[in-house]
Amino acid sequence: MPPAVGEGSARSELRPRRGRCGHQVTRAVGPDVAAAAAARSPKRPARGSRRFEAAGRWALLALVTLLSFATRFHRLDEPPHICWDETHFGKMGSYYINRTFFFDVHPPLGKMLIGLAGYLSGYDGTFLFQKPGDKYEHHNYMGMRGFCAFLGSLLVPFAYLIVLELSKSLPAALLTAALLTFDTGCLTLSQYILLDPILMFFIMAAMLSMVKYNSCANRPFSAPWWFWLSLTGINLAGALGVKFVGLFIILQVGWNTISDLWHLLGDLSLSVVTVGKHLTARILCLIVLPLTLYTATYAVHFRVLNKSGPGDGFFSSAFQARLSGNNLHNASIPEHLAYGSVITVKNLRMAIGYLHSHRHLYPEGIGARQQQVTTYLHKDYNNLWIIKKHNTNADPLDPSFPVEFVRHGDIIRLEHKETSRNLHSHYHEAPLTRKHYQVTGYGINGTGDSNDFWRIEVVNRRFGNRIRVLRSRIRLIHLVTGCVLGSSGKVLPKWGWEQLEVTCTPYLKETLNSIWNVEDHINPKLPNISLDVLQPSFPEILLESHMVMIRGNNGLKPKDNEFTSKPWHWPINYQGLRFSGINDTDFRVYLLGNPVVWWLNLLSIALYLLLGSIIAVAVQRGARLPAEVEGLSQVLLQGGGQLLLGWMLHYFPFFLMGRILYFHHYFPAMLFSSMLTGILWDTLLRLCAWSLASSSLARGVYVVGLLSLLLGTAYSFYLFHPLAYGMVGPLAQDPRSPMAGLKWLESWDF
Amino acid sequence: MLGFLKRPVVVTADINLNVVALTAVGLLSRLWQLAYPRAVVFDEVYYGQYISFYMKRIFFLDGSGPPFGHMLLALGGYLGGFDGNFLWNRIGAEYSSNVPVWSLRLLPALTGALSVPMAYQILLELGFSHCAAMGAALLMLIENALITQSRLMLLESVLIFFNLLAVLSYLKFSNSQKQRPFSLSWWFWLMLTGVACSCAVGVKYVGVFTYLLVLAVASVHAWHLIGDRTLSHGGLARITQGQPLEVAYGSQVTLKNVFGKPVPCWLHSHQSTYPMIYENGRGSSHQQQVTCYPFKDVNNWWIVKDPGRHQLVVGSPPRPVRHGDVVQLVHGMTTRFLNTHDVAAPLSPHSQEVSCYVDYNISMPSQNLWRLDIVNRESDADVWKTILSEVRLVHVNTSVALKLSGAHLPDWGFRQLEVVGEKVSRGYHESMVWNVEEHRYGKSQEQKERELELHSPAQMDVSRNLSFMARFLELQWRMLTVKSDGSEHKYSSSPLDWVTLDTSIAYWLHPRTSAQIHLLGNVVIWASASLATVVYALLFLWYLLRRRRSIRDLPEDSWLRWVLAGALCAGGWAVNYLPFFMMEKTLFLYHYLPALTFQILLLPAVLQHISDHLCRSPPLRSLFSALVVAWYSCACHVFITLRPLTYGDKSLSPSELKALRWKDSWDILIRKY
Repeated sequence: MPPAVGEGSARSELRPRRGRCGHQVTRAVGPDVAAAAAARSPKRPARGSRRFEAAGRWALLALVTLLSFATRFHRLDEPPHICWDETHFGKMGSYYINRTFFFDVHPPLGKMLIGLAGYLSGYDGTFLFQKPGDKYEHHNYMGMRGFCAFLGSLLVPFAYLIVLELSKSLPAALLTAALLTFDTGCLTLSQYILLDPILMFFIMAAMLSMVKYNSCANRPFSAPWWFWLSLTGINLAGALGVKFVGLFIILQVGWNTISDLWHLLGDLSLSVVTVGKHLTARILCLIVLPLTLYTATYAVHFRVLNKSGPGDGFFSSAFQARLSGNNLHNASIPEHLAYGSVITVKNLRMAIGYLHSHRHLYPEGIGARQQQVTTYLHKDYNNLWIIKKHNTNADPLDPSFPVEFVRHGDIIRLEHKETSRNLHSHYHEAPLTRKHYQVTGYGINGTGDSNDFWRIEVVNRRFGNRIRVLRSRIRLIHLVTGCVLGSSGKVLPKWGWEQLEVTCTPYLKETLNSIWNVEDHINPKLPNISLDVLQPSFPEILLESHMVMIRGNNGLKPKDNEFTSKPWHWPINYQGLRFSGINDTDFRVYLLGNPVVWWLNLLSIALYLLLGSIIAVAVQRGARLPAEVEGLSQVLLQGGGQLLLGWMLHYFPFFLMGRILYFHHYFPAMLFSSMLTGILWDTLLRLCAWSLASSSLARGVYVVGLLSLLLGTAYSFYLFHPLAYGMVGPLAQDPRSPMAGLKWLESWDF
Repeated sequence: MLGFLKRPVVVTADINLNVVALTAVGLLSRLWQLAYPRAVVFDEVYYGQYISFYMKRIFFLDGSGPPFGHMLLALGGYLGGFDGNFLWNRIGAEYSSNVPVWSLRLLPALTGALSVPMAYQILLELGFSHCAAMGAALLMLIENALITQSRLMLLESVLIFFNLLAVLSYLKFSNSQKQRPFSLSWWFWLMLTGVACSCAVGVKYVGVFTYLLVLAVASVHAWHLIGDRTLSHGGLARITQGQPLEVAYGSQVTLKNVFGKPVPCWLHSHQSTYPMIYENGRGSSHQQQVTCYPFKDVNNWWIVKDPGRHQLVVGSPPRPVRHGDVVQLVHGMTTRFLNTHDVAAPLSPHSQEVSCYVDYNISMPSQNLWRLDIVNRESDADVWKTILSEVRLVHVNTSVALKLSGAHLPDWGFRQLEVVGEKVSRGYHESMVWNVEEHRYGKSQEQKERELELHSPAQMDVSRNLSFMARFLELQWRMLTVKSDGSEHKYSSSPLDWVTLDTSIAYWLHPRTSAQIHLLGNVVIWASASLATVVYALLFLWYLLRRRRSIRDLPEDSWLRWVLAGALCAGGWAVNYLPFFMMEKTLFLYHYLPALTFQILLLPAVLQHISDHLCRSPPLRSLFSALVVAWYSCACHVFITLRPLTYGDKSLSPSELKALRWKDSWDILIRKY
């Protein structure tokens, strides 16, 4: 029996020990591992042919890359009109070129890169990207599509390299590359102006650099080690900067790092100081560096977008003052509130919006049937209110009256300008927050009752008793019930147009929800004064925009009766997405995975779980595996395990998400699943070959199995390629259609 | 066969008066004035409808939960003779005379009361002291929210009862796994675990979380069991079968020499002593002979004893013997200690004589401490295992190991084989290595009883089934169907409010006076329970990291106990709390009570741990105990202060009520006159 220590370290070693920085260390590894690694390559290379073999590897990589680029760039310009979400992301690219501020639920990096690609390729940002199907005509869209296709093409060589690094097996890598190259779904998704190819690029790049860095683990703090570690960090920042689902790859790298550190910590030959150094290096490269880069993308974002645009209302008054063209930019408005002023009132909590009312009543059974009062994020005439005295209805703007300023503690009425109803509250339950009271619009032409009276209070009373625009933080206290006007931040159902609930809360606790400021202010009797609004600091802007984005993401709830894609549909390729065209005369593109590839992936996951648990139980029972099987099972459990984790992390969280989901959300998970398939089948065939003792037969089984997988995939791509490259002519039901006989599932509509 | 004719039939009952007392006060606190208030209180209005349906045997479809809980409540109505005629339409409505309020509320109250002694039992089974266990039970006793919830016709206390029962019976099962797998009690507790889990799920769907937790812990245990090579290794398994695996202090063992040459034999001793003078003229100690005997014999039995304690029985829980521990070996039939000293062995004069010490009161002290050295250990914390462990017994004073020399003793030694003490420094040889072949946990303190025990054959069990996982295949995944209705109830709250007790529920208000029932927790307990969870998490992380660097702050068994307590109690809290963040249904404070129960169980465990392991000096320990007592009286004080709102039996003045409104968000109702 070998000494326990040696065996323990060999077994606990997580990473296969070869590759770029592992060369000289192979010798140091126990003979078992080396033998196993040698046994893995199909034939043992003679010394002289090593250079030849290296050249072969490079050639293979080049071939894979070339094929990937060829398939992705083939007919990239078709169709020459807006497809699906190009309408959003193309538009946002244009916003960057035009430097107008907008709001989107995703972080800015992806759209910035699209904008940059457009800018460099000579697109001038003048195309409106109004709706899918609009022709591009003379506008140059190829730069943006080409950029996305370029990143999309790189996914295949990345997957190839990852599998090669994890399994040390060229056939496994080749199989993975074939699966991805010949998948119509990945192909389609890479050909348009979308965030997905950019996101997937960063995810795969992060995975690749993580795997590479793992194989450098035996030479810590060397140059390649630092290089791959910081590259991992950079790619993580990229992934998170494109979409928040980049978080999943961060979790994966985080998990890998924690288990890595755990092993280092348990290695008693390393001093605590060395472990500390390892920890610091990882904090620097995997936390500090990505955060800095991520923040930097926002800095660029805010610097580039300096003109007022459609996204202003989502942000606080102070923020808007930064945007040229916004009415708060270099604002010049009356400073102190007076009776008769027309104002907009904005909630101080981020992403709540303006106090709003409209000509719709609360529905039957929800409090009193009076006009709704909500908060609304967009700028709108219905956000305007007039401040009036509680006891007179005379028009204070009558020039015969002197100007009377509103003061702290005054009792006022707020009249909704468009509908002439007063802000009102009473002892009825609020629609969602039942502990609070309902707030309504009440009265006719400004005449209501005593429930319309509010006491205005300034919270930060440093500037005397007057109420200042933008700066004064005010609370409105209902006179009769003693409650405070606030917004709960909850989204009203359909009857409330999905605006946010406004309530009157009987709990007088001071929270931002019940504090407001006056933003717009119109009063012809008062002189306009130029205001230098307190400029918010960068961290404040950053925080605010994240709050707004999270709120926006939560707001993307599926509407009633709308067909939504469910996560369980995805791996079985249940239903695709129409990118372009519906009728038989249209040029149709349909996002659907190559069913052969996808179903093979599904089968492989099941097989993997089966095989993996058999091996795990055998190892736990202490079975001694033959050297060959031992090596294969290491690859399967460790390399395959990482990929399985990746698949799970990129797939299962969607089951918990309340927001609206689409088929294309599955594609990052699909990449991991395909890599797992590559490793699994390679291992499985090798195991089959090993169990058939006779060597010629064994070789035959292996080669035939692998070739049939490769050719099968390629053939299925030949069958399904019109899905991606476009179909014209009758739909698939028609026997004359190019897709006739290929509609294997009723739910596919092409 | 007819053993009962020869010996009298004896019933020995161990009655733990603690449990009896706890049950009594538990019943008192939950059953006192149970029929008051005679009015519909809060959710009784909701469960009442279903009970009426059951009573009238009207079929109904209920999307809100499983039927078992409703059926249990209906059982109370059935026993109380309820005819189902009551209109459940309004909270606060007075019950008509045909409603047997007491028997309707009895079941929740009973389950609530029994949770108190169960908390005690769980802590004991987790391996904590009686003191900590009492603490847990007393905390359960004075937790206002638990009392309120169990005194009414509601289901939470029933759910909590089954949750605790599941955990308790799993612990009992897993503890008997170590001692006597496949015994009757092993099966009983295993079954009870399953029954309790299914009842919990049957009462409320959220019971599934505790079930999953128990399953997870069981899977981890089973995974270790799979890795446990003792089980089912062909011939070996047949011998280990039915014997306890881990040798503990108080274990009765036979020790077989691994080398087994010239013949396989067992360490043996008997009444005869070494002759005073050998034939060649050398002298001996004249103490009791220790030999190696090639036949099974009652004199082959030895008892493993902890030098620090007097007992010769296995404690509860058994304290396993680990590598490196110092033990004494007591010969079962003669109660003499295995001993060696600097006297030449009879046939191998270069080695030491091994004897069973007889105190002749001459200046030859006993030297009977042996250090256990498990040769084939995987880690330094390995437990001495039956059959599997190959051990050397190294004498502490002289560093010799117990060895079979292989020579046959002359007639005075009955031709048995010589056993000597050989210097460890002379190198390793299999003749120094022994293993435990037969093993049972000693039960009799009395020498006569023990002799009887030793004469009885070692435990052998019937054939065993190897499929550990088979029993888990009965798993039936039931999806939680959660109804989402976007609206909120007046007293609904969000999970974040629960930990800090930022919310309360007004259950009932007396129609005339301001007597009222509120669901309000004991703030001291809530705060300290959350604090204990945090402390546990931090300490756990700290120990974990240090263990990774091979710094063992805790002895192995306390570490395992600490981990298991955390897995079940902190884990129980987490699985019963965190999922609520995902749920979109209307949530109330009472949803937190199952989680709180687990947190309360963790609290005394953490306190005992701090006292045992972190308070190093005795004065510090007494100071800590004093603090704990002060803290507990504080909790009692809060309990008494909030008592009127818990039982609703006393009408308070508005100023008193205002004084009780410790948080703005507590909706205590104050009448305006």
